[in-house]
Amino acid sequence: MKIHIQQGRLINPATQIDEVTDVFIDNQLIIATGDKPDGYIADKVIDASNQLVLPGLIDIQCRVREPGFTNKASIASETRAAALNGITSLCIPPDSKPITDNSAIVEQIHHSNQKAGNRCHIYTIGAITKKLNGEHLSNMGTLKRAGCVALSNALKPFTNNLVQRRAMEYAAGQNILVVIQPFDHALYANGCAHEGALATRLGLPTIPEAAETAALAKDIELVAQTGATTHFGQLSCARSVDMIRQAKKDGLPVTADVSMHQLFLIDRDIDYFDSNKLTIPPLRSEQDKTALRQGLSDGTIDCICSDHQPHDADAKLKPFPSAEPGISALDTLLPLLFKLVDEGIFDLSQAVNKLTHNPASIFALPSGQIAPGELADIIIVDNQGHYQCDSKNFLSAGKNTAFQGWDFSARVTSTMVAGNIIE
Amino acid sequence: MTSNNLQLTKDGKLKHFLSIEGLNKAILTDILDTAESFTSVTDRSIKKVPILRGKTVANLFFEASTRTRATFELAAQRLSADILSLDIKTSSAVKGESLLDTLHNLEAMQIDMFVIRHQDSGSAHFFAQHVKPGVSVLNAGDGQHSHPTQAMLDMFTIRRHKQTFENLSVAIVGDIKHSRVARSQIHALNVLNTGQVRVIAPRTLLPEYTETLGVQVYHDLDEGLKDVDVVIMLRLQKERMTGALLPSEQEYFRQFGLTPDRVKLAKPDAIIMHPGPANRGIEIESSVMDGNQSVILQQVTYGIAVRMAVMSMIASQPESR
Repeated sequence: MKIHIQQGRLINPATQIDEVTDVFIDNQLIIATGDKPDGYIADKVIDASNQLVLPGLIDIQCRVREPGFTNKASIASETRAAALNGITSLCIPPDSKPITDNSAIVEQIHHSNQKAGNRCHIYTIGAITKKLNGEHLSNMGTLKRAGCVALSNALKPFTNNLVQRRAMEYAAGQNILVVIQPFDHALYANGCAHEGALATRLGLPTIPEAAETAALAKDIELVAQTGATTHFGQLSCARSVDMIRQAKKDGLPVTADVSMHQLFLIDRDIDYFDSNKLTIPPLRSEQDKTALRQGLSDGTIDCICSDHQPHDADAKLKPFPSAEPGISALDTLLPLLFKLVDEGIFDLSQAVNKLTHNPASIFALPSGQIAPGELADIIIVDNQGHYQCDSKNFLSAGKNTAFQGWDFSARVTSTMVAGNIIE
Repeated sequence: MTSNNLQLTKDGKLKHFLSIEGLNKAILTDILDTAESFTSVTDRSIKKVPILRGKTVANLFFEASTRTRATFELAAQRLSADILSLDIKTSSAVKGESLLDTLHNLEAMQIDMFVIRHQDSGSAHFFAQHVKPGVSVLNAGDGQHSHPTQAMLDMFTIRRHKQTFENLSVAIVGDIKHSRVARSQIHALNVLNTGQVRVIAPRTLLPEYTETLGVQVYHDLDEGLKDVDVVIMLRLQKERMTGALLPSEQEYFRQFGLTPDRVKLAKPDAIIMHPGPANRGIEIESSVMDGNQSVILQQVTYGIAVRMAVMSMIASQPESR
């Protein structure tokens, strides 16, 4: 189908374009921006005047709960929720059930996505050790050939530093991106809240900063040792931002992301045991939040992810320490991104970059740009509205938001994935 | 902190009893005064008043307890309530029933008041958020968060011996980090305008930012005990030895154990308290525990009157069914 998007404000961070113009789509691809190509007759014209035309967002950390936890959500429910909320590509971590540690699971996931209508591109992050056991290397090359865009041990520990070193070395040799969530399991010690004044008052088992920073320091040293291109996910501490900044200065092949909720919420927001604010890593201090925002605006942190974790109601209907961690975040990712712009963290183009061109470059994904010859993953956004966040209206199967009642302005009015309008 | 007002009715009466935090001096004083009036009941030969006649109280203990559970039972009985005590470790929770389902099933049995002890911090709040209107929740200890009736019986004991709090110096000694009792005591002492609250412990048994609770922190027992009016010893849980929190029991006793010599550092009329169960020879020497400055057994007795006071105040508020 030929789609002509008319007179929207096109923002394409990769080429630093920010202008009111037209976009022309033919089938799966963008064939032109600006002037209409000779002989182009549109099947459909979308009037985008007074709206923004952006590359579809790329979420590099999103749990769709399939396979294994379809009581919470499914590929069908979450790809639809993602697309209609402006997210056209999802990277899903390997800790599904069964674990994504062989090509059959990768194929199964893509098959499920196809059955659900391919509303969103799904990219798998494979397990770097078999069954995420931290002990035996997975068939990394096979996983890469099956389509995995990176490998990770998710939140599971390596048995020891030697296994981690070998895993990173092997991945580096195969030219595979390694994704690490820095996490020292012994220091984490079944904690559920940041080690700060709030946890002291509420008597909550704590997670110290060192649970992240001690692990990150070791991980960075292993990057220096092995040369493995490594992406650090869901950082939560001010000191982590400093370490990544220094590692980049030292020329190490590292990149990093932060979960959207860490840019808005801190431990105090847990108030009296609000289990919707239970996350791993935990919500940290005001100072950490400020440093994460600073890291984002100065380029130390390359991407923002949703860290979407949809839950059924029962998962959160428990006392705080027993509730399941995570926030349903697909429905709030884009409006919160615009809130960051409103709060002056960065300009619109830089903001969009953190969720489009940057993650596409790091994970080598064929998306994230609006330019001739690129895949037509495009969203149209109205950012002049005003509405209140209400989980009752969420498209995700998970209603476990931490932003109930927040005032938002941006909403997606149209999504195209590979030239198909998603409804 | 609006959500903690969960324990108060719109006109500021006690509806649930979840934590000391969020309660003002007037309410705490009211509890102490009411408890005072009940001490005469417990001293009588017929130890019953009809305040809770026709009401059913359910004791839900997901964790072991001796004196808290027994004194809650006695308190309810002396107020003429029907009482149902459930040892959850041998009931449906073990079979996988969720906490919320357990609650709803008991509610279906027309329970008016739940007394709950649970290993998760925040569990009493969780219960109070989900009970039907008119049903009350009393926290008998939630994780490391709060144990408000214990704190109030401790305040009652202090007031009986020292009359006022304003000029007192109170030292709490031992495992503050894992202690819901200490957290509640600190809140209560501060609400009652206690002159000075000290905590004395090795760093591994103190939470981060302890001073934000409104206390002075000491790591040296001799220094911390100097001229205090009240010494509250906390129980040292033996499992703390395994987590590399402490080197050994002997080392702990030498550094933080209360001996007759150390008692002499406090004021001559200082009282010695302990919420129990005590480990003789680890945090406290037997001769101190049984000595004439010890009020440890009085604490247990007063526990009944204080729990009667809290139950009767909750039963008398207008939203109670």
